[in-house]
Amino acid sequence: MSDPTLILRVRNLTARIATRKEEIHAVRGISFDIAAGEAVGFVGESGCGKSVTARAIMRLAPEGTSIALGGSVDFMGQDLLQLDEKAMRDLRGRRIAMVFQDPMTSLNPVMTIGSQIDDIVRRHTELRGRAIRQRTVELLNLVGIPNPERRADNHPHQFSGGMRQRVLIAIAISCDPDLLIADEPTTALDVTVQAQILRLLMRLREERGMSLMLITHDFGVVAGMVERVNVMYRGEIVESGSVERVFAEPAHEYTRALLHAVPRLDTAGRVL
Amino acid sequence: MSTVRAMVDTAGSQNPPADKRQRLTNGQLLLGLGIAMLAVLIIVTVFAPLIAPFDPSKTSPNSLAGPSAQHWLGTDSIGRDVLSRLIVGGRTTLLITAVAVFLALAAGLVLGLLSGYLGGMVDEIIMRVLDVVFAFPVFLLAIAVVAALGPTVPNLILTIAIVYTPAMARVVRGPVLSVKEWDHVEAARSVGVSELRLVLRHVLPMVISPIVVATSLTLSHTIFTVTALSFLGLGPPPPDPNWGGMLSEARQFMELAPLTVVGPATAIVFATLTFIVLANGLREVLDVGSWR
Repeated sequence: MSDPTLILRVRNLTARIATRKEEIHAVRGISFDIAAGEAVGFVGESGCGKSVTARAIMRLAPEGTSIALGGSVDFMGQDLLQLDEKAMRDLRGRRIAMVFQDPMTSLNPVMTIGSQIDDIVRRHTELRGRAIRQRTVELLNLVGIPNPERRADNHPHQFSGGMRQRVLIAIAISCDPDLLIADEPTTALDVTVQAQILRLLMRLREERGMSLMLITHDFGVVAGMVERVNVMYRGEIVESGSVERVFAEPAHEYTRALLHAVPRLDTAGRVL
Repeated sequence: MSTVRAMVDTAGSQNPPADKRQRLTNGQLLLGLGIAMLAVLIIVTVFAPLIAPFDPSKTSPNSLAGPSAQHWLGTDSIGRDVLSRLIVGGRTTLLITAVAVFLALAAGLVLGLLSGYLGGMVDEIIMRVLDVVFAFPVFLLAIAVVAALGPTVPNLILTIAIVYTPAMARVVRGPVLSVKEWDHVEAARSVGVSELRLVLRHVLPMVISPIVVATSLTLSHTIFTVTALSFLGLGPPPPDPNWGGMLSEARQFMELAPLTVVGPATAIVFATLTFIVLANGLREVLDVGSWR
């Protein structure tokens, strides 16, 4: 890679999802960069290919389908699309991690929170024995779980949605990844909790110098969080630029439509 | 999801407390009854030689005697104590059953997990092969295999294990198909958990309850199959007693000494019923619904 400050350089990425009945071109040749420590937003309506893009980078195919990927995903000098599955597994969670949309279902309901984090720490670090649990408690503390020693022995159903999302974030950052992909991290949460989770993500990103790929359908979420935003529509990036620029003078018609879809307080409405 | 929830809060939420005391649900009562019956079976089986009043193979001139203080269930055609033979014979029958079901469960788990989790061609091949086995009538297949390999105890066990493996594999495969698509499995995969570990730690624990219920039901079926095959002379050879064999020997004298038939028949019914009651209790308590 020519530019050392870039950690992710995606060129002409395509994803075709084959289901039993048909083939869907979910991502149609997109290119983008993410610099070290940078936060980039991906915005678009549901089905526009933003989640598939995230899964393509992680090489996670949705169950029951197979995904054919094309183009290149250059992550710190390695083309992820060329890696074998074992190398990819070592990389997942350690270098690139992901936070999922629905915290209610993304934790194993029959394992304690602590043991779920322990597993990942054991998998990707040299820590052994009691040091693992220490690290787990540290992580829970870091994401703002009160009483982390005691809470580590609880099961997911004893946590609220917001708390579970914190746990999932703890799992995701457990091995200090270089890139964190957050796929609609606040969509399933209460509005009040959404702000907390977003602030937590921001804080962690700054503290650890991670890059963040934030996927959302909500321009409001993107606004305060990221420097650059890519607008996706029908599997393509239709507009990309700094948040200020895209908000102030959206160039693409679709971006304008998307911005208009959010009710605003500063423009007068029309009586129906 | 519902099965898991039920496992977690079996104790409380399903049954609203009446008055202040918790009322037991039907499922819990059934389960209790099943466990009690199972305890009786296990105790009698384990301590059989201590409990049996006579040596089950010792003959006496006092043949086909009716019940007496000495021989509670009378004696059979060559003067052996029926009660003692029942108690000791249960060991053979139940041991064959337990080992056979354990093997079927092990094979069913491996095949069901492979098939359900991997999907695709692996699934097709495994399930089609199992369908072939499944399509044979149980007894016909069992008789054919035992006849071909010879009526020894290991052969009987192997045969029954083969016969019940497809049903077990299906019970495992069904829920695995849906559980493998749950978010927490993908979430675990996204942090580098290996596929084997995904299956064992994130998929298998979710499908335990239907498997437990199916195992109990299969045990009841298997007791019946084992005794039936023994009845047909495909069981363990005489003189060691077993329930099916006893029934077969006693059949010719049932008019002279009805207890020699009623005894083993009752034992078979009791053992079969134990696992049916247990299965129904477990199904209610674990909230398995109609997986099967």
